[in-house]
Amino acid sequence: MTINMKKTIRKYILENLLFTDDESTLQDDESFLDGGIIDSTGVMEIILFIEESFGFRVNDDEMLPANLDSVNNLATFIQRKQSIAA
Amino acid sequence: MCGICGIAALSLESKIKESDVRSMLPPLRHRGPDGIGVYLDPFQRIGLGHTRLSIIDLTGGAQPMHNEDKTIWVSFNGEIFNYVELRKTLLKEGHSFYTHSDTEVIVHAYEQYGDDFVHHLNGQFAIALWDSNRQRLLLVRDRVGILPLFYTRQGDRLLFASEIKALLPQLSEAPRISPASLDQIFTFWAPQSPNTLFEDIFEVSPGRMLVLESGRLQESTYWDWNFPVQDGYLKGSDTELAEQLYDLLADATSIRLRADVPVGAYLSGGLDSSALVALIRGHSDAPLKTFSIGFEEQSLDESAFQKQMIDYLGVENSRILCHNRDIAEEFPATVFNAETAILRTAPSPMRQLSGLVRASGYKVVLTGEGADEALGGYDLFKEDKIRQFWARYPSSEWRPLLLKVLYPYLETSGTQAKTYLQNYYSIGLDNPNQPGFSHLTRWFTTAQCKVFFSKELNFALREGAVARLTKQLPPAFEHWHSFNRAQYLEAKTLMSGYLLCSQGDRMLMANSVEGRFPFLDHRVIEFANRLNPRLKMRVLNEKYLFKQAMKNYLPRQIIERHKQPYRAPDIPAFFSTNPPAYVDDMLSEEKLKRYGYFDAQKVGFLLKKARRGSSIAYKDNMALVGVLSTQLCHYFFIEQFSQTIREAGTAYPSST
Repeated sequence: MTINMKKTIRKYILENLLFTDDESTLQDDESFLDGGIIDSTGVMEIILFIEESFGFRVNDDEMLPANLDSVNNLATFIQRKQSIAA
Repeated sequence: MCGICGIAALSLESKIKESDVRSMLPPLRHRGPDGIGVYLDPFQRIGLGHTRLSIIDLTGGAQPMHNEDKTIWVSFNGEIFNYVELRKTLLKEGHSFYTHSDTEVIVHAYEQYGDDFVHHLNGQFAIALWDSNRQRLLLVRDRVGILPLFYTRQGDRLLFASEIKALLPQLSEAPRISPASLDQIFTFWAPQSPNTLFEDIFEVSPGRMLVLESGRLQESTYWDWNFPVQDGYLKGSDTELAEQLYDLLADATSIRLRADVPVGAYLSGGLDSSALVALIRGHSDAPLKTFSIGFEEQSLDESAFQKQMIDYLGVENSRILCHNRDIAEEFPATVFNAETAILRTAPSPMRQLSGLVRASGYKVVLTGEGADEALGGYDLFKEDKIRQFWARYPSSEWRPLLLKVLYPYLETSGTQAKTYLQNYYSIGLDNPNQPGFSHLTRWFTTAQCKVFFSKELNFALREGAVARLTKQLPPAFEHWHSFNRAQYLEAKTLMSGYLLCSQGDRMLMANSVEGRFPFLDHRVIEFANRLNPRLKMRVLNEKYLFKQAMKNYLPRQIIERHKQPYRAPDIPAFFSTNPPAYVDDMLSEEKLKRYGYFDAQKVGFLLKKARRGSSIAYKDNMALVGVLSTQLCHYFFIEQFSQTIREAGTAYPSST
């Protein structure tokens, strides 16, 4: 479950923000901000992606790097949201 | 306006042929459809060419033009707006004129003042002047780069022309795209002057003069943006200074209404063009025709504000409604006209607009460029001010929140956006005194597009674009106020390198229309440069003194309107429906690999994303337009080199 979800996230970030399928270019704990992977509009793309792929809304107070700024942070955040919804 | 070209011998053995000079004229036909002229020096040391768009002295203004004893010849593109006054002065000095054209004042002014003649000119110009007595050639460009002038060495000859495409017929092989220039374009939006997109082809930089004498080229700066150090600012009350500014703007506008043909104006609905139209209205009784762009895309459309000004001032107006499809279809022709890679489609509607001007029977338009640079209008200047303020207390929680004023979309994500905000805009905060501080966020964001560069291109890059730029700043730069430093960088990179050429002259001239820019009158710039920065930006109120100067002549809503930058749709222009066939062709894996500038796999992922409609990021938009325009430049000027030369002056490449 988590492995699949991480795969989906990684695939999205790799193809849509790093424009590659080279798995070695992205570490799961790498900060999107620090690595310059997203610009000031990039975070909106990430939010759209998780809302569309995982079927929940990201609230204003959840738009935090702690939730959104790496593959690991995203996975933890999505898992938590899903468990609340379940 | 016109097109100029020519060839000069760099060695005694070299003889210039008239047919060679003539071969450069057809690609300049759009700049001057009303006539051509060639002058060949009897000793074949030089040939000058000219294509003419007649605006002043319609019957007598043929070029190249000469002095009394035909020892000085000039091929000139542009306008000398103070020619009436200058002519009077020169007549008093005993010069005799054979025409009433502004061109002739150049030869006599050169006779009178030598190389200093350029200081006497108020205008926009690219000049090639041959002094046969001293066997020297002068290539001179106006102070801020309104008109273009390019040159290259070809064996023992120097080739020069208003546009790069006029150099091509005299090159022995296709030019090469310069990796360093691509690096600069994908950072600053434009190559750093004197570079062009192409290796070994240069421009005469704005405010500079190139002298060829005894086979040697020497370059000098005759004018540059200059700012006071410490206390050198203009004294006077706000009201007095606002009145002085108004008088200067009124004069700068009224001398730009001098023409033997009717003059129109661009009206965007923003403060600058509205002020300009009000100034014209105040200083001319002739019926004024204005021209505007509307967008299918509502968020970019300014029609409501345009209508307000049209009603308020009672001016005639014609408009184009720009559709996504038009931009996509016209894009190859736009790039062909621009002769460089561009990161935005914004020039394309400007090209359409000049088409409307021409079709309406007008050859000349006044336009509002330069007010933001000279008088302090850009959001970037606010961003710099806020970042400077923040840098004084970097751990402040609320100082960076001021940035929300500039980027309202950040507001929607509540206070939580703070962390993001702090992250994006904290770049370089530890050293706010570094030369490019004001522009770091923009340059950093733009340079993210370099992720699409191929390995080969990256390998060919030596010195980074920013490092190179900061090395070439004038010595006084570091002593200027941070606001003035930001102005300088803006004027020298984006304005000269992109706005006035790719989005300005080249788009106007594509349809044989001349632009005139009252806010770029050097007297206006010199006055504005001596204003205390607090008069340009009062707290975060941009163009403060300019608004004071214009407040009695404009509706309050226009004065108080939040500034909307001119933008055109980028990715949506191509992908909101199926893109024209050339897009797939230019971005095909095969062409990307063969041309070699970009990583085909990465561009492939970008394309997929663009097709899905999920490319929102600035980076994606700039990258896609940048990649596509680079590919088109390679196609037109390298792959199709011979064909482009053959077809030049007869037809422009079509989009499909």
